Amino acid sequence: MPANYGPFDKAEWLRLEKKADELRRLTLQTAIWGGSGHIGGAMSCMDILTVLYHRIMKLDPKDPNYEDRDRFVLSKGHAAVGYAPVLVDYGYMPIEELKIFNLTGAKIGMHLDSNKVKGVDFSTGSLGHGISLGVGAALAARFHKKDYMTFVLCGDGEMNEGSNWEGIMSAAQFKLSNLVIMVDNNKCMIDGRVADEMNIEPLDRKFNAFNCNTYRVDGHNMAEINEALEAAIEYRNKGGEKPTAIVFDTFKGEGVDFMKDNYLWHYGSLDDEKASKAFASLDAYYKERCERAEKEGK
Amino acid sequence: MGGMAYTSIEAEQLTTAEYYGKALHDLGAKHPDVVALTADLAKSTKIAPFVKAFPERLINVGIAEQNMFGIAAGLAKNGFVPYASTFSIFAAARSLDQIHTDICYQNVPVKILASHAGTSFGQAGSTHHAIIDLAVARSLPNMTVMCPADGAEAYKLVLASYEIPGPVYIRINRGFDAVVYGGGPDSVNFVWDKADELKSGRDATFIGIGAGVYQALQAANMLEYDCDIRARVLNMHTLKPIDKEAIIRAIDETGCIVTVEDHVLQGGLGSAVAEVIAEYGKPCKFKMLGHDNSFSTIGLQEDLLTIAGIDANGVAAAAADLLGVKLGGRDNWEDEY
Repeated sequence: MPANYGPFDKAEWLRLEKKADELRRLTLQTAIWGGSGHIGGAMSCMDILTVLYHRIMKLDPKDPNYEDRDRFVLSKGHAAVGYAPVLVDYGYMPIEELKIFNLTGAKIGMHLDSNKVKGVDFSTGSLGHGISLGVGAALAARFHKKDYMTFVLCGDGEMNEGSNWEGIMSAAQFKLSNLVIMVDNNKCMIDGRVADEMNIEPLDRKFNAFNCNTYRVDGHNMAEINEALEAAIEYRNKGGEKPTAIVFDTFKGEGVDFMKDNYLWHYGSLDDEKASKAFASLDAYYKERCERAEKEGK
Repeated sequence: MGGMAYTSIEAEQLTTAEYYGKALHDLGAKHPDVVALTADLAKSTKIAPFVKAFPERLINVGIAEQNMFGIAAGLAKNGFVPYASTFSIFAAARSLDQIHTDICYQNVPVKILASHAGTSFGQAGSTHHAIIDLAVARSLPNMTVMCPADGAEAYKLVLASYEIPGPVYIRINRGFDAVVYGGGPDSVNFVWDKADELKSGRDATFIGIGAGVYQALQAANMLEYDCDIRARVLNMHTLKPIDKEAIIRAIDETGCIVTVEDHVLQGGLGSAVAEVIAEYGKPCKFKMLGHDNSFSTIGLQEDLLTIAGIDANGVAAAAADLLGVKLGGRDNWEDEY
């Protein structure tokens, strides 16, 4: 499935909104099937995943390992409760796999295994590993003279791990402009708010200081997400030499009013009452998002 | 002796790491998918021949071992066979999470060359000794664990590691190892998953790994001369998967086993052999020699081995004790009077 680099017009914006809405619903449903999940951090990155999978990345669900595909590393591996629905929806696996999420013997669960789950390039779960894996994939592209891009999605709390900064340093040293390091900056971690617990801001200035081509945008605005990702690819295509870093400002639990910006929804479960409230909240949220696209889209 | 990088008696020999460098170069020449990674230790780990021949295939990540093993996994997932080298302790301890998750869990063919093993960087002290790494590496699913007895064997072993699927942990000493295979690499009888019987015997079996092999061999020679005890000597260069058949033959045919390793007693060669003995269920006299729940100290490796009782005298004494014989019977002091 080739990447769609057509114009980002109103119709395209609305198409992505529809897909993101479907994926948010499937994420909640997966958490219900599995009994619980890292819902907050899955919802915060769903707009980013939607633009990546449904506009930016070159992928083929019929041939998950084809050599020229773009690579993706979910460094914040616990967001699998959102990532697995993206992969299922994309056609890598039947939905039956999702219905047994996290259950004994299931292929897919809290953290995805690249040797078991089609479409997953790297097994992740332990934080602070994804950037190094991405540097390896980006170096492999250079050695093989391939033009695929490697996208790594980190959490903001995850940026506390020192190994990330080893990876960023090396990405800049090796001039890996085919690597895009993204941070889902939802400002919450398990025990509290990142700023209160172990602040990592100013993230964009840190990336700049580490010699990255840096952008900072609203991670819940399809147009801004797309603009930053297209800019990263264009920067590489025009001979830029730095890795790109994109700080996406997001909210934990985005889309569900009682979860939004609440660190207590890092991990949780939904009983029938909460589930119906959450889906009702998504109805209203989707309406707002479409109105915005209608108003701001061109 | 291992660790004697500057005081070697065998100046024309290559150090064990230099043999690794030679093997890496030869692998690189044969296989375009071989790449080398280092964390500011290209000189210390002696990979200069590879660097000179294939500079574009060297990745030096600076002093950042965790990043190095993560990058290696990223390359391995995309068609390369990375040889990532650093000091053993920085591989097995500092970068364990990356080795566990990125390399072993994903089961990718990253070959870890862990140098300065055991107490071979003796004078650097315990921050740079690696006496826990075999236990760590052995516990990791999918990992093959190897440790040559000397430089010549290191060459054969490193060449073989390319063909072994999945991750491989190769532990080598700093500097020169005492020569076990005197005829160079061509004299090494190397089958990767079979212990090499260096000396035959039916009274006892000494099983060594790395620096322990030479000590075991010397001890066997001493016992043969001193009290006509014939000890079999096995070089257990591959700790995992371990050659169970060779151990079972040792139990059946000699009934007495001494293990020798420059490593703690908890989880290394001795433990691995003990597991086989226990499961086999047949009585066997048994003694494990190594560092017993203790860090070593500063000094030359040969001295540190002696302090820990892992040298030839220690092995011979342990065997004599197990067999109930007295050492020194052939000592003759008459001509001294």
